[in-house]
Amino acid sequence: MGLLDKKFENSNIIITSLDNLFNWARLSSLWYMQFGLACCAIEMMATAASHYDFDRFGIIPRASPRQADVMIVAGTVTIKMGPRIKRLYEQMAEPRYVISMGSCATCGGPYWEHGYHVLKGVDRVVPVDVYVPGCPPRPEALLEGFLKLHEKIRSESLVKKKTA
Amino acid sequence: MKNPEEIYAILKEKFGEEKVELKEDAKVVPWIVAAPDSIKEVTKFLRDDDGLDFDYLMCLSGVHYPKDNSLGVTYHVNSTRKKHSLTLKCIVPEDNPHVQSIESVWKTANWHEREVYDMVGIMFDGHPDMRRILCPDDWEGHPLRKDYKVQEYYRGMKVPY
Repeated sequence: MGLLDKKFENSNIIITSLDNLFNWARLSSLWYMQFGLACCAIEMMATAASHYDFDRFGIIPRASPRQADVMIVAGTVTIKMGPRIKRLYEQMAEPRYVISMGSCATCGGPYWEHGYHVLKGVDRVVPVDVYVPGCPPRPEALLEGFLKLHEKIRSESLVKKKTA
Repeated sequence: MKNPEEIYAILKEKFGEEKVELKEDAKVVPWIVAAPDSIKEVTKFLRDDDGLDFDYLMCLSGVHYPKDNSLGVTYHVNSTRKKHSLTLKCIVPEDNPHVQSIESVWKTANWHEREVYDMVGIMFDGHPDMRRILCPDDWEGHPLRKDYKVQEYYRGMKVPY
């Protein structure tokens, strides 16, 4: 973790940088906005349920974008849904992250050629931090996606501008 | 229980040969083609006649026939009490696709007709709420037409891959 390594032996003092502390706090309680759009949502629910247990990472679902840190776009984004996703993303408080879950949200999936109604990748409307491949991804894959997001947040800085 | 030929005989007597026509060369079951400006009376008669008693519109679908430059509506109706079924069709030209709405006969037709309008572009005259049902309201074109080309952009979002 980096935070506890630097504690003094026989006291309650921890010395760390503000960056480290903030990043640790952020990545340890990633509340996600429920965004189940298709079958990926079933895997997302399975990941949140007791067997895979999102909660052990401090990841809990929120029904409002105002309370959420990360948006999991789980499923097929239709073109009709595109402007709504953008609106909800804009309503989230910063710092905010987006995980694109599954092939459909990443690139249109099986609808890439003949799906006139499907947005070919949610990154056409909102910036995406982590792409999770799969159709649908297994819960382990989604957890891996969150661990990648942890890595990304851990390398952030308050002073330096956020990359990508 | 009546077969399509018997039903056609009743309809022909009631509406005349210029309004209804039987297609017997069908591969599965014969169907009846009705004139687009009389489909409402025909379906109303099918529903209300004691011998026919069609109380259930199973499906209403839109078809594009690019070879004939025409569009069509197919009605599958069923009688749950008399236990017989019938396929009805309406054929309209591509450049003037207007069919009478049968929403007042079977309420099921409401959303189905909106879907046909959205996907194939047939206008249903007399429908209380003739809007698109699946695509966004400001979408261009009708996706299930055989010559459909998807638009390049929708509200700033690129549509093709």
